[in-house]
Amino acid sequence: MYEGPVQDLIDELGRLPGIGPKSAQRIAFHLLAAEPADVDRLQETLQKVKEGVVFCEICGNVSEQATCRICQDTRRDPKLVCVVEEPKDVLAVERTREFRGRYHVLGGALDPLSGVGPDQLRIRDLVTRIGTDGVTEVIIATDPNTEGEATATYLVRLLQDFPGLSVTRLASGLPMGGDLEFADELTLGRALSGRRSV
Amino acid sequence: MYVRHLQLTDFRSWQHLDLAFDAGPSVLVGANGQGKTNLVEALGYVSTLGSHRVSGDAPLIRRGTQRAVVRVAVVHAGRELLVELEIAAGRANRARINRGAACRPRDVLGALRTVLFAPEDLVMVRGEPGDRRRFLDDLLVSRTPRYAGVRTDYERVLKQRSALLKSAGAARKSGMNSDDLRTLEVWDGHLARHGADLLAGRLDLVADLAPHVADAYASVAAPSEASDTASQGVDPSGRSADVSYRSSLGSSLPEGFGLTRGTRAGDEQGRKSLESALLAELERVRGQELERGVSLVGPHRDDLDLVLGDAPAKGYASHGESWSLALALRLASYHLLTADGAEPVLILDDVFAELDRRRRARLAELVAGAEQVLVTAAVDEDVPGELSGVRFEVGGGEVQRVA
Repeated sequence: MYEGPVQDLIDELGRLPGIGPKSAQRIAFHLLAAEPADVDRLQETLQKVKEGVVFCEICGNVSEQATCRICQDTRRDPKLVCVVEEPKDVLAVERTREFRGRYHVLGGALDPLSGVGPDQLRIRDLVTRIGTDGVTEVIIATDPNTEGEATATYLVRLLQDFPGLSVTRLASGLPMGGDLEFADELTLGRALSGRRSV
Repeated sequence: MYVRHLQLTDFRSWQHLDLAFDAGPSVLVGANGQGKTNLVEALGYVSTLGSHRVSGDAPLIRRGTQRAVVRVAVVHAGRELLVELEIAAGRANRARINRGAACRPRDVLGALRTVLFAPEDLVMVRGEPGDRRRFLDDLLVSRTPRYAGVRTDYERVLKQRSALLKSAGAARKSGMNSDDLRTLEVWDGHLARHGADLLAGRLDLVADLAPHVADAYASVAAPSEASDTASQGVDPSGRSADVSYRSSLGSSLPEGFGLTRGTRAGDEQGRKSLESALLAELERVRGQELERGVSLVGPHRDDLDLVLGDAPAKGYASHGESWSLALALRLASYHLLTADGAEPVLILDDVFAELDRRRRARLAELVAGAEQVLVTAAVDEDVPGELSGVRFEVGGGEVQRVA
C-alpha cells in the first residue's frame, strides 16, 4: 500500500478493463514522473470525452455532433443497415472497408442475468428506422456467443414480417489463414452447416 | 494409454513433484494427509478439467500461491503426448500440448482419459439426481470432447432463461408484458436446441452403457475365484442391475430413443425431434414456470435410474449392493471407453478401504489386466496381491519409488 493519493490513483486505474494491479502501479508512477503539461492534456481529454461526446441520434454510435460521420455520409447506402452490439464493433466492420451501408448500434445484447431486455436496447429505434428510411436489408452482426445469438434470433423473429426486407446473419466459420485440423468441432460444424456453393 | 510422467507445481499440497510411472499396476502408499489423493486428482483434472472432490478450481492452487501447473506425459499407441495445464486464480486457465502455442483448456480434453474410482462414488447410487447427471456428463465429455462445449452453452442459456423467468414472473403479477413473452420464446428456442443436443448425447450414452453396467455388476457381485473359501457373503439374491435414462419430458420423449439399442438420438433427425418435443413441452408448462420462476423442462431436470432386480437402488439396496453398483458404473465406463478404442487409465483412489474382502478381491481381479492402474491406499494390507506392482511411498512432501 502506498500513501494517500498515489494509492487512490492506482485503485482507480486498476478498475479499468484489462489493467491489473501491476499495470496500474506502473501507469500511476509514470504519471507521477510525467511533465505537468502532459498530465493536463490527459485530464482535458478525459473531461472532453464525458462532456463532448454524444451518441448519434440515428445509429447510436459515438459521435461529436447530433448525427455521426457515417450517418451524414451521403455516399453510403441508407437502405443497407448493419446491426452491431457496441460502438467498437462499428470500428471492426469499418476496418474491412467492405461495407458501404450504415450501422445501428444496439448498446449491448439480450442478457436477462444483468437485467437487459429488448427495452434496454435500441431495438425500437431500429424498427422505426426501418419503417421510415426504406431499408431493404438488415445484416445482423451480433457476437457469436450465447447472448449475441439470442439477440440475433429475437431480431430475426421481429423483422421477418416486414414487407420487402431481407434479414441476414453474419456467417460464422473458419478463420482465414488457419488450419482445418486445428479448428474446434463447434466452429467446423458451423462452417459446414453454413457452407455455400461455389 | 498410460501416464509416463507427472509433474506438479503448487498443486494442492505439492510445491513441486516429479514422478515417473510405468504401465501396469502402481500403488501409492502413505499415511493420511500426505497428498496421495491430490496426486491422482491432478490426473483426473487433466482428463475432465474438473476435480472429483470440489466444484471450483480455487482449492487446487497451493495456499499462498497464484497458479498451479500440472504437466502430464501420456503414451497412447506408442506415441507420447505432453499436456500442460495452468490453473490460475482469478484468471482464465491455459493449456499447451507438446510445448506448442497456448490453447484453450477445452482443447486438451481427450488427450488423457481416466476412469477414477473414489470413496465419493457412493453418491452416484445414494445421492441426488445432480450427482448422476454429473457422472453421465463427465463420461460423455471424455468419450466425445465436443460435449464440453454443448454442456457449457446449455448451462449458460439455462441461467439466462431462468433469470428472465424470475423477472417476467414478477412482472406478470402486475400485468403481463408481451415483450417479455417474445423474449422468452427466443430463449426457449435456444434452450431446446442446446438441450436436444445434450439430451441426445446422454440417451445414446446410456443406451451404450447399459449392457456394460449389467455385465460389470454381475461380475462384481459374482463369487470370487481367489477368495472363494473366505466368501460366505456372496450376493444371495443374484439380482441384476439395469440403468435407464429418465427424462423430464416423461411420456413426451419421442418413441424409441435410448430404449431400443441401435436407434441413435444423436443423428440430425433424432436431435430435431427431441428439439421439437422440448419446445412443445416448454409451451405446455409455461404458466407453471412463470409462476415458480424456474426452468422445469430440459436435461438439467433429468436423472439416471438405477435398478437392482425390480427395486430402485436408491433407498432399497444394501450398503454392499450400493458399492457393487457404484463400482459397476465405473467399470462399465472403463469398458465403454476401451471399446471406443482408447483404453483409459484406471485410478483407484482409496476405494479398497471402503470395500469388504470379497468385493476387494473381485475388483482387483477385474482391473488387474488393465494397461495402467494407479492405486492409492493408507496401508499395504488394503491392496490385494494382484495389484502389487511398482510401489511408491508418499510422505513428508515427497514420493519414493520402492521397487
